[in-house]
Amino acid sequence: MNLQPLRTKEDLQQLRDKTYETISLRIKDTNVEKEINKYHILICAGTGCTSSQSHKVRKKFEEETRKRKLTDKVKFFKTGCFGFCKLGPIIVVHPDKTFYTKVKLENVDEIIDQHIEKGQVVEKLLYKSLKTNELQKTMNDVDFFHGQNRIALRNCGVINPEDINEYIAMDGYQALAEILTKKIAPKDIIETIKKSGLRGRGGGGFPTGKKWEIAASYEGDKKFVLCNADEGDPGAFMDRSILEGDPHSVIEAMIIAGYCINAHQGYIYVRAEYPIAVERLEIAIDQAKKAGLLGNNILDSAFNFDLDIRLGAGAFVCGEETALIKSVMGFRGEPNPRPPYPAEAGLWEQPTLNNNVETFANIPIILRKGPEWYSSIGTDDSKGTKVFALAGQITNTGLIEVPMGTTLRTIIYEIGGGISDGNELKAIQTGGPSGGCIPADLIDTEIDFKSLTDIGSMMGSGGMIVMDQSDCMIDICRFYLDFAQDESCGKCTPCRVGTKRLLEILKNISNGNGEMEDLETLEKLCHDIKDASLCGLGQTAPNPILSTLKYFRDEYIAHIKEKRCPAGVCNGLLQVVISDEKCVACGICARVCPVNAITGENKKPPFHIHQDVCIKCGACIPKCPVDAIYKR
Amino acid sequence: MGIRIEKNEQENFRKLDEIIERYKNQEGMLIRILQKSQEVFGYLPVKVQAYISEQLNIPISTVNGVVTFYSLFNEEPQGKYVIGVCMGTACYVKGAPEILDAVKDELQIEEEETTMDRLFTLKSTRCIGACGLAPVMTINDEVYGRLTPADIPPILYQYIKTHKKAQVTNENE
Ligand SMILES: Cc1cc2nc3c(=O)[nH]c(=O)nc-3n(C[C@H](O)[C@H](O)[C@H](O)COP(=O)(O)O)c2cc1C
Ligand code: FES
Repeated sequence: MNLQPLRTKEDLQQLRDKTYETISLRIKDTNVEKEINKYHILICAGTGCTSSQSHKVRKKFEEETRKRKLTDKVKFFKTGCFGFCKLGPIIVVHPDKTFYTKVKLENVDEIIDQHIEKGQVVEKLLYKSLKTNELQKTMNDVDFFHGQNRIALRNCGVINPEDINEYIAMDGYQALAEILTKKIAPKDIIETIKKSGLRGRGGGGFPTGKKWEIAASYEGDKKFVLCNADEGDPGAFMDRSILEGDPHSVIEAMIIAGYCINAHQGYIYVRAEYPIAVERLEIAIDQAKKAGLLGNNILDSAFNFDLDIRLGAGAFVCGEETALIKSVMGFRGEPNPRPPYPAEAGLWEQPTLNNNVETFANIPIILRKGPEWYSSIGTDDSKGTKVFALAGQITNTGLIEVPMGTTLRTIIYEIGGGISDGNELKAIQTGGPSGGCIPADLIDTEIDFKSLTDIGSMMGSGGMIVMDQSDCMIDICRFYLDFAQDESCGKCTPCRVGTKRLLEILKNISNGNGEMEDLETLEKLCHDIKDASLCGLGQTAPNPILSTLKYFRDEYIAHIKEKRCPAGVCNGLLQVVISDEKCVACGICARVCPVNAITGENKKPPFHIHQDVCIKCGACIPKCPVDAIYKR
Repeated sequence: MGIRIEKNEQENFRKLDEIIERYKNQEGMLIRILQKSQEVFGYLPVKVQAYISEQLNIPISTVNGVVTFYSLFNEEPQGKYVIGVCMGTACYVKGAPEILDAVKDELQIEEEETTMDRLFTLKSTRCIGACGLAPVMTINDEVYGRLTPADIPPILYQYIKTHKKAQVTNENE
């Protein structure tokens, strides 16, 4: 790519107008019936779709068009995540915006034959509404996107993240150019962000404008801007999708942040487990440097700002900001007590502004469209939108962005398409290892920072795991506590030893050795750990237990008193049983049983499993010809 | 000083020198140097840690402290294929434990272990961001999604077959 350094706002505007022309095909409204002679095909290159082989589909498309000499007519672009990962690989054909799902290698020819050569939509690849059974042709038609408002994800699925020109065409770097050319005072920019009501998306929800103001107020020899892209929540991929789909929005925001707090160096701390995101960031930084938007004398304004990537090496606690700072400096990522906050003494003891990826991604558009626009979206408590990673027992798994104040019902039943296999909703887990389980009867909660905390969970970074009757709440707590205990850095005792104790008690309960007193011990220990831990990891680790003790106490009691796991998950409590009605008394099960726990008389149903002998190995289950044996 | 470099290691240590040269004057680059060294050696034996400590003039205890803190670093040699079964929340509720069991069963190894023939190393990993396809497993860079335990043996067999073929061709050359 041939990039000339931009010197002025006008240079940027010119480049914008020029590239807008080429991508306008994707933005204007056109339908296939019209005479169309040029196509842009966008192919999702996010992690989800890449795992479903989208890169191979793209290669085949490119080869095929070359063979058929159609390269002037059709162009292919990688793009960021559309969010509908469940139905990947996703491709969108412009200018008619046709949204194709589950595109496989063998569909490539059909799309070229029918859509490109004849201008006919390939109907079998369209999304079929689960509610009305209609085919839904464009992205805007598809149920999954109704109720969504893509602000942080505005460019994901629209532009090619590996081409800075496309970001510029979508008004990228305009906010920065405006600020640098007009020399807008940092305090005015900070005021705008304060007015917008934006709160940090990394979990804590601290008002972003306020944080910038504090960071600006401290003097230092060399101040820093830091972007937290560690994304520790095990089951969430919002930040990854933004970095993969729109890296420049984060870079632009970081430069603006640097200008506001008078810092000239930034670091993006990304998990090494995110190779695609790292690669896109490297490309983006390189292009921004060549375009004169990073480095010395940005847009001839005498403002300098440099940006480097630091790779995380796999430790959840490094998402906590003081631990993150240690890790950026190359040490063990152990947290420090706050205060002092990083804004006062962070990297190398210098004032450091740290924000989350999604927080940064909101900044350029807020500055462009104004704080009133942003604060008109959302609730009194929380403005704007939030990106969630929807996963678990839900039909449409994927990435969604909704206005704050959207109800869980809308998210799960309208956007998410309901619980998979028509099962019943049991709970929704938000906030990852720091959050809690929300029971099904609170489904009309309008979610924002406050409402989620009020009901004993939290916003967290945006993971949302949907659970049904097949999920055991004690088992889920065990999962999170196992995680917390594993990831505890070990520096403070309440977290290191306390989480271990919690886990032991949970294991006892799920093995059938629990006592009713355990519930009180759990509760007390949870509160002690919350109060005494050094950092957020320990302070929030008990939340999954506290919330389930509150909403799913019955389930604990069933495990303890009845020695029964209602969801049929906890192996220690399971019984393998034979259905009296189904059994045909063939005797196969009795023969495969390694401990002779099954007795009965041939041809005289039913057979019985003696629970005191049974070792629950399950060997008999798949052998039964009439599926009469099951675990409960 | 005390570190003896064998002949067959010279090439790798030469690369290590380049890495150290490239990063040593920047602040806070220990983790990056370790990451790059692991790419060269495949893991971080004590000898390499000692060498880095000497070259950078950092106590070996600090270097080893960093290596043991981060799960990305291995002090043991890894198999040719590293299997990562995602144990993120989304995968967990979609049956990741059964996938892990199926792999253990098939290869007769536990987590963090390597098969006798050094072909496979088994790990459980954190969310890799493909939750939409849960449960998910990676083998080196390849991602496998929407798995059931029954999918595991045929997938692993593919790798064994490729490896055997490569061996046979090598022997014939
Ligand atoms: C254990 C722990 C893990 C965290 N992980 C993350 C993370 O992965 N990403 C993130 O942005 N913030 C994480 N945070 C929050 C950060 O400490 C910090 O508050 C945040 O990055 C600030 O950015 P924001 O103001 O834009 O939200 C974590 C906090 C704790 C206590
Ligand atoms: S939880 Fe497995 S990929 Fe996210």
